[in-house]
Amino acid sequence: MKNHLKAILIGISLLALLCGSALAQNTGETLIKNATVLTAARGTLENTDVLISNGKIARIGKNLRAPNAVVIDATGKYLVPGIIDCHSHAMLDAINEGSLAVTSMVRTRDVLDPTDMTIYRALAGGVTTLNLLHGSANPIGGQNTVVKLKWGHPLEDYVFENAPPGIKFALGENVKRSNFTPQPGQSRRYPATRMGTMEVIRDAFVRARDYKKKWDDFRAGRTKVPPRRDIELEPLVEVLEGKRLVHAHGYRSDEHLNLMLIADEFGFKVATLQHGLEAYKIAPEIAKFGTGVSIFVDYWGYKLEAYDTIPYNAYILWKNGVVVSINSDSGERIRRLNLDAAKTMKYGGVPEEEALKMITLNPAKQLGVDKWTGSIEVGKDADVAIWSGHPFSPFSYVEETLVDGEVLFDRAKDIARRSELKAERERLEKLEANLPPNKRGKKDDKKGGKDENPEATPDPSKGGNKR
Amino acid sequence: MTVRKSGRTVEAGLVPALRDTSFSRKLVFKFQMVNKHLFSAAIFVLFLSSLLLAQNGPADQNQTGREGTFAIIGARIVTVSGAEIPNGTIVIRDGVIAAVGPNVSIPRNAEKIDGKGLTVFPGMIDAGTNMGLLEIGGGARGTVDVSETGDINPNAKAYLGINPHTSHINVTRVNGITTVLSMPSGGLISGQSAIVNLNGSTQSEMAEVPVFSLVIDFPTVTTFSGFNPFSGPRRINFDQAVKRRDDRVKEIKDVFEAAKQYARAQEAYAKDNTLPYPETDLKMESMVPYVRGEKPIIFSAQRARDIRAVIKFVDDMKVRAIIFGGAEAWEEAEELKKRDIPVIFNDIYQNPLSNDDPYDSNFSSPSKMSEAGMKFCISTGDDGSNARDLPYQAGLAGGFGLSKDDALKSVTLYPAQILGIADKYGSLDEGKVANVVVADGDILDPRTNIKYLFIKGRMLPLTSRHTEFFERYKDRKLSDPAP
Repeated sequence: MKNHLKAILIGISLLALLCGSALAQNTGETLIKNATVLTAARGTLENTDVLISNGKIARIGKNLRAPNAVVIDATGKYLVPGIIDCHSHAMLDAINEGSLAVTSMVRTRDVLDPTDMTIYRALAGGVTTLNLLHGSANPIGGQNTVVKLKWGHPLEDYVFENAPPGIKFALGENVKRSNFTPQPGQSRRYPATRMGTMEVIRDAFVRARDYKKKWDDFRAGRTKVPPRRDIELEPLVEVLEGKRLVHAHGYRSDEHLNLMLIADEFGFKVATLQHGLEAYKIAPEIAKFGTGVSIFVDYWGYKLEAYDTIPYNAYILWKNGVVVSINSDSGERIRRLNLDAAKTMKYGGVPEEEALKMITLNPAKQLGVDKWTGSIEVGKDADVAIWSGHPFSPFSYVEETLVDGEVLFDRAKDIARRSELKAERERLEKLEANLPPNKRGKKDDKKGGKDENPEATPDPSKGGNKR
Repeated sequence: MTVRKSGRTVEAGLVPALRDTSFSRKLVFKFQMVNKHLFSAAIFVLFLSSLLLAQNGPADQNQTGREGTFAIIGARIVTVSGAEIPNGTIVIRDGVIAAVGPNVSIPRNAEKIDGKGLTVFPGMIDAGTNMGLLEIGGGARGTVDVSETGDINPNAKAYLGINPHTSHINVTRVNGITTVLSMPSGGLISGQSAIVNLNGSTQSEMAEVPVFSLVIDFPTVTTFSGFNPFSGPRRINFDQAVKRRDDRVKEIKDVFEAAKQYARAQEAYAKDNTLPYPETDLKMESMVPYVRGEKPIIFSAQRARDIRAVIKFVDDMKVRAIIFGGAEAWEEAEELKKRDIPVIFNDIYQNPLSNDDPYDSNFSSPSKMSEAGMKFCISTGDDGSNARDLPYQAGLAGGFGLSKDDALKSVTLYPAQILGIADKYGSLDEGKVANVVVADGDILDPRTNIKYLFIKGRMLPLTSRHTEFFERYKDRKLSDPAP
């Protein structure tokens, strides 16, 4: 069975690579003609052309000319900035290192899977950038990675090199481990209360401050003995120095407020409150601290601490001047973040462009990458999607998604290749190596395996064997 | 929610009607504190309820909202059953749609609602939820009543477990969903579903069909065999998985066979009471209408192979079936049509079943069912808290091949037909129950606002737990001194 799966997986990843290289064509110039451009920065531009050159947005205007460019006619269509999901666990082979209360030393960067199908499905929903966060098992979790969805590229290409480093914090029920019982042999871990959670964080920063002092003394020559390197505290020193962004999972407003107060005490700012389902209760305080909030637009009620949220959360935060983003935290919801943003217009009345910013420019700001992505402006990376209609209409769908100017999702091509892929799958399923162990060598025996047999015999003449 | 005063109990009537808003709760509390005389208290409550609920008559006070004769004039009317009326009037009276059309005479006593710029839709129907059986899934087990202990629970009735005061009801209906099927889940035979309207202080006030169907969580073929946090998922091989499924199906069949025998014994005794008296067995008793094919059975099944297994079961047992799930139901279109088995599709917010399925396989599944001429509807399959997304799920299917017309039908008329209530629900026709939604745009669009809401002809306030929190916090300012 294991081999069976393995062979299918290998097949899939080879297909993915083929798919990627087949799509990797326009690295030069692309001219998107006559689109309705939702810039997410300077309003809506009707009947506008956008020229992409070397992966960047080179020009925006009417009747642009570029004789060597690949032309995409977007008449009647919408050009929209690539969606940025500020809270995702896609691509991660492991999400939680939950054995300790503080695991600042672990890095999501070490467990990235560039063949995760979530990537492709996200691209198909117009998403181009993800914030890959460690899980919420501990008050101070691991380091996050910001990636661009460079489907078909090697892993190294995914990493958003310009993005400042970050780290996951977490508060509340998950940290307390109140919603699941420890496995046999697993000890109960401190903290078990919200009191203990705050003390774990305070303790970590007291240690980080002491550690920094030792290095400062050494670097200033006050002592000749270098401190022993501590990879747990190093990232926290970066937090103290404002070089590493804190993304803090939490639900209850009091907890998030307490965290911001601790941060204030240690002289740093929390970059984002993740989830922040009750953030609307403390919107003025959040605005005062200059912290961003990354929320579900209206997902609620799945656990006790998610019971007090309201779909008007985004509106109240926005009205208070807080930078709000709407995230998915899900390989499913990531495909329809456009409709989540649209809901903010209904729940409270966020203006259209502000609603769009909540899935584009605002998460870019929260992740410190707004200089490069998040809106359609000259000089920015060409991370854009062409939608069949307004992205806030449920009847619209993505036609093409471009990352750094390269078309990495193309609905027409996707549809065109389906029969070919189906045939390929059927062929692979019949291979000896892919049969379950008890079926090998007796392929013709149909008894007992009725459900397993593919329904049609693949015709090798109809393609499918590209290698 | 019993308010005790002066040694007497003030129950039913006033208090349940008020309990929906925390504001009113506060007022009731205040009233308890300040009033010593029951009489003046009652007058005060009457005054308050009339203030809050806008002219509730005394006979009318056991439900939220208010009764009346309403005429929505000059609106676009999407009847769903017939042609759209670009500029028409709909009259609601005595809980039903009294008239609908371009030229309708308006009763003199009708409360007139200007429909200019507004569109009238039938209330939407979510044919697959656990509405009222669960308040908070995680960390509040006391609020969870979805699954009984054990595998065989045909006598567990959703009707008796639905909490009429769950916050999910208001949250759902203010988005235009007015009727739901609520069902138990889990085990093999999960229990029996109910069709309820999303208003009422008691289960009987809510119920349209208290016991609609049996619910069977049909066993699937899966190699997954538990999860170990250290070594990951445990798997069995495919043949073992098929055998495990077949064994589980056999367990269900055994119950059906036993129920048939039970029914036969009951019938025999009815004809000849010299026979030994057959003892009553609640589980078997519950099964009788289903083994006789009198009532439908909802089978959850997603993959084509699981649907084929359901079809085989249906053929063997000669029962009436509805598929719940149906991600790959379109692949079995012919077999399902042949047996008149409809599909309550609940996969819009689900990822494709396999990695190499097309990315939009679930988005486009309804359009494939439509093209194949299948009987289907779209449901959220949600536990209740997020069932309010029903229109947007249908909208999404509308982006992937389903016509806009069918998308709307798939959450109105089609579920009504599948649930056997299309004579009363699902479209705006004269004589039908007045579950009516008035919106400022396309009801399937997440940007659209609901302006008026009627359930069984009662005009309901557009309030919920969420609007209450919104009102409380929307203008909150930084406290002084700041933290």
